[in-house]
Amino acid sequence: MSNKDIEYFSVSEVAGPLMIVEGIKDVAYNEVVKIKTSFGEERTGQVLEAFMDKAIVQVFEGTKGLDTKNTSARFIGETMKLGVAKDILGRVFDGTGNPIDDAPPIIPDDRRDINGNPINPYAREYPSEFIQTGISTIDGLNTLVRGQKLPIFSGAGLPHNEMAAQIARQARVLGKEETFAVVFCAMGITAEEANLFIRDFENTGALERTVMFLNLADDPTIERIILPRMALTCAEYLAFDLNMQVLIILTDLTNYAEALREIAAAREEVPGRRGYPGYMYTDLATLYERAGRIKGKKGSITQIPMLTMPDDDITHPIPDLTGYITEGQIVLNRGLHKKDIYPPVAVLPCLSRLMDRGIGKDRTREDHAGVSNQLYAAYAEGCDLRDLVAIVGEDALSDRDRKFLKFADEFEKKFVTQDTHENRSIIKTLTIGWNLLSGLPKSELKKIDEKYIEKYYPKIERKE
Amino acid sequence: MTNESQKGKIIRISGPVIEADGMRGAKMYDVVKVGEKNLIGEIIRLDKDNAIIQVYEDTVGLKPGEKVISTGMPLSVELGPGLLTNIYDGIQRPLPGIYEKTGDYIERGVEIPALDRKKKWHFKPLAKAGDKVNGCDVIGEVQETSIILHKIIIPPDVSGKILKINTEGDYTVVDDIALVSTDKGDIKLQMMQKWPVRKLRPIAKKYDPTLPLITGQRIIDTFFPIAKGGTAAIPGGFGTGKTVMLHQLAKWSDAQVVVYVGCGERGNEMTDVLREFPELEDPKSGEPLMNRTVLIANTSNMPVAARDASVYTGITIAEYYRDMGYDVALMADSTSRLAEAMREISGRLEEMPGEEGYPAYLASRLAEFYERAGRVKLLGTKDREGSVSVMGAVSPPGGDFSEPVAQNTLRIVKVFWALDADLADRRHFPSINWLKSYSLYLGEIQSWWNKEIGEDWLKLRNKAMALLQKESELEEIVKLVGPDALPPRERALLESARMIREDFLQQSAFHEIDTYCPGKKQYEMLKLVLDFSDKIQQAVEKNVHMDDILAMKSCENLARMKTVPNKEFEKRFKDIEKELDKELESLIMRGD
Repeated sequence: MSNKDIEYFSVSEVAGPLMIVEGIKDVAYNEVVKIKTSFGEERTGQVLEAFMDKAIVQVFEGTKGLDTKNTSARFIGETMKLGVAKDILGRVFDGTGNPIDDAPPIIPDDRRDINGNPINPYAREYPSEFIQTGISTIDGLNTLVRGQKLPIFSGAGLPHNEMAAQIARQARVLGKEETFAVVFCAMGITAEEANLFIRDFENTGALERTVMFLNLADDPTIERIILPRMALTCAEYLAFDLNMQVLIILTDLTNYAEALREIAAAREEVPGRRGYPGYMYTDLATLYERAGRIKGKKGSITQIPMLTMPDDDITHPIPDLTGYITEGQIVLNRGLHKKDIYPPVAVLPCLSRLMDRGIGKDRTREDHAGVSNQLYAAYAEGCDLRDLVAIVGEDALSDRDRKFLKFADEFEKKFVTQDTHENRSIIKTLTIGWNLLSGLPKSELKKIDEKYIEKYYPKIERKE
Repeated sequence: MTNESQKGKIIRISGPVIEADGMRGAKMYDVVKVGEKNLIGEIIRLDKDNAIIQVYEDTVGLKPGEKVISTGMPLSVELGPGLLTNIYDGIQRPLPGIYEKTGDYIERGVEIPALDRKKKWHFKPLAKAGDKVNGCDVIGEVQETSIILHKIIIPPDVSGKILKINTEGDYTVVDDIALVSTDKGDIKLQMMQKWPVRKLRPIAKKYDPTLPLITGQRIIDTFFPIAKGGTAAIPGGFGTGKTVMLHQLAKWSDAQVVVYVGCGERGNEMTDVLREFPELEDPKSGEPLMNRTVLIANTSNMPVAARDASVYTGITIAEYYRDMGYDVALMADSTSRLAEAMREISGRLEEMPGEEGYPAYLASRLAEFYERAGRVKLLGTKDREGSVSVMGAVSPPGGDFSEPVAQNTLRIVKVFWALDADLADRRHFPSINWLKSYSLYLGEIQSWWNKEIGEDWLKLRNKAMALLQKESELEEIVKLVGPDALPPRERALLESARMIREDFLQQSAFHEIDTYCPGKKQYEMLKLVLDFSDKIQQAVEKNVHMDDILAMKSCENLARMKTVPNKEFEKRFKDIEKELDKELESLIMRGD
């Protein structure tokens, strides 16, 4: 008799999200466990540690109501899998991969292991196709390319959801018509926040090209561990089997990391920084590294993970470890938000590591790199001067410095600020950039090649 | 030998760590095959019958009761022609081979030899029957790539008399090419040899490093140089440019062979190297850079235990090329990931944690790794030398250098390039902080610079450093009183420091000319800036106003110095100097 059919009633211990089953045999590491409570309710779990005669099982839907007498466990002999099929588009799933819309269940073409294998670096295609998001601070200064993983570091109460929805709505590759899809993975966000996205997808007609995986704030926390893996498995299927350009939004990674910590604490592991497990870097990497492009495949996976920095602290382990894995970051700032600037992107700590390959001649425009660097340098100088002005007053500044100070203010007002529905072309973004730069002396534009200054510097005198 | 091997079975699985019983007789650090899929692992603890094993592949689906077989051999690498231009995973399996076998994803239990068994190499003997040979003696050579002549050397632990050696011809790496009679009997030699990764390849003697490793990066070569055979650490928070810097070093260092280890970092970064290196030209030979490079990739999503192995695999390959008499540079990105892998395994072993959960042996492991660097006298009959320089990135959490990995590394390495998030934020690249960084090789290599480039090299360098130091002190005052309140002398000084920062230290990795700056050009650039700094100092004393100097047209030329083509800089710099002098002169005249 295969293990699959045996129902073990030998639960010996239940603690936190974990359950220990004894007197078993032939249980594989990471195998899926079907659990039945004494009320007949079904739950799912996964083996975290396997011994000859016992297993430590994490229970996704929580251990409330489990007992050590009548609860039963069945080891189904395989790891967690997700059934995929073409008609997965437009569907909504819960945290364990069951459909929660009213449509019938999916008849899978294939069942994929949700953990996936690492992409061979040799098989990767380097991402270099410019994605226009219509947001100046991203397109102009921190360009997103197809196959990149670019997280948004936000804080509680900042409009990161609006921004992510805007990116999902506007993102496209110039001059190409291709099939795109959005995978939306919600981990522990509120129903209200989820609705914002759903409404937005509905309004733009994107809903039928969207797959949603929802674990809302009141859903079991441990599900958050497997949810993004299911979403990514789905994204891989859409991208590399169906040749689609997939944008996957993961929100909120902070809730994911909390779930990870909860399990680590329950297992009494030696904690790393701030109580998060020492393997959190590796664990996050197994999510983020699933973005990318593969040689010879048309599709791609572009990831926008979102996380809220606890207390706006960018050195907190969650944003910190994320930043070490992802290819840049977009950082939102409370101060800008208070000044009513949308999107409140704090330009200076932002970065896109893949930008250099995605911009320039034939991609965006030849002067893009220079303009971007110059805007950065000038804004950084302007921000420094603000600190100085706070102490010595504006009158003590030289003429040159006053220009930089003014530049920083205008930059925030004209370049950073835009409407939630404003879709700026990259040319428009660069033009705004040049207009701002023309407020500085030409000799200060050291980061731009002379020939581009010649060509693009606004010819008409700026009105003051 | 498999007949001595131990066979046991799995009794516990916890992530990358498993426990097996029936393993009495197996040795520490022996490689084992785990489970039905033959996953590769290494014994890291023995307790009576039981062995604790770290598995280099994902353990999902493994069951207690499955077999564990010891191979009786420590983790070893294959050394021979065919290493260069290749890309390996942490335990030296070629990624292109895995790609052919399992497609886009890396599946488990793949067994592929590191060196192609079928490929024939053209072997030229350089010794003859009857010659007495010692370990590391060269007995032949193979043109491995267009730039590297692969010396076929006697394994370090063999010495005796050549009984037979093959004539010139084409052989595979496993064909016998020579027969050597030794104390322990006759030994057949092939072009390939194996060496355990955790054991350093023996040398005759370590020398002091006295030659600089020229990297073409101004802040490194001129300000904080590394020597051939030296060690350097490059710590920085995310986004400060560690990887770009290491790529730059891998591209432009004047080492003959480069080993690049991507340890627990991004997949796309390795793809970038794979894509870019075959296209880039080595500034000396004009051949593709890939022809001198070996890549080891264990990306962050690949199994954590193999991270540790990847670094050792890399350094063993580096030592092997050193033993041929080459200068080898090894870049490890990032050693923090290696330390984290140790922490994870240590945690699973339930060892008593040291600082921040890292194992207590963190410091000694890091020291062991960096100590394998050095400029050395090689074993062997003839007097030959070679070097391995090691440059390791450190990724401190939150960019805070006080954490254990950064601190333990700093105690070992001689050069510290501190990356600074503030500089990176304002796009000052390379974002190496000049006030925090240091190099302990300055004294040792100054004679080379003074002799080859210019005799006042160290003086100029120190003068520039002093200016920058002074600037940081003045900045404190400027923050309180504003720049206008400073006396003209000090304003001139601030401007000079700004020129050093912007016109000399900033260097663009993505500009076709600026990406590599030859030593002579570095020297001339610095000299030009410092001479000009002296002149404006004199001019302000003659009551020339600082604003007028800054408005000089020729000042812009200073900013564009770095993009002057490397072939014509000597002439163009003279012109720049003349123009500066002329304009400044006329200002002074007007002032009088």
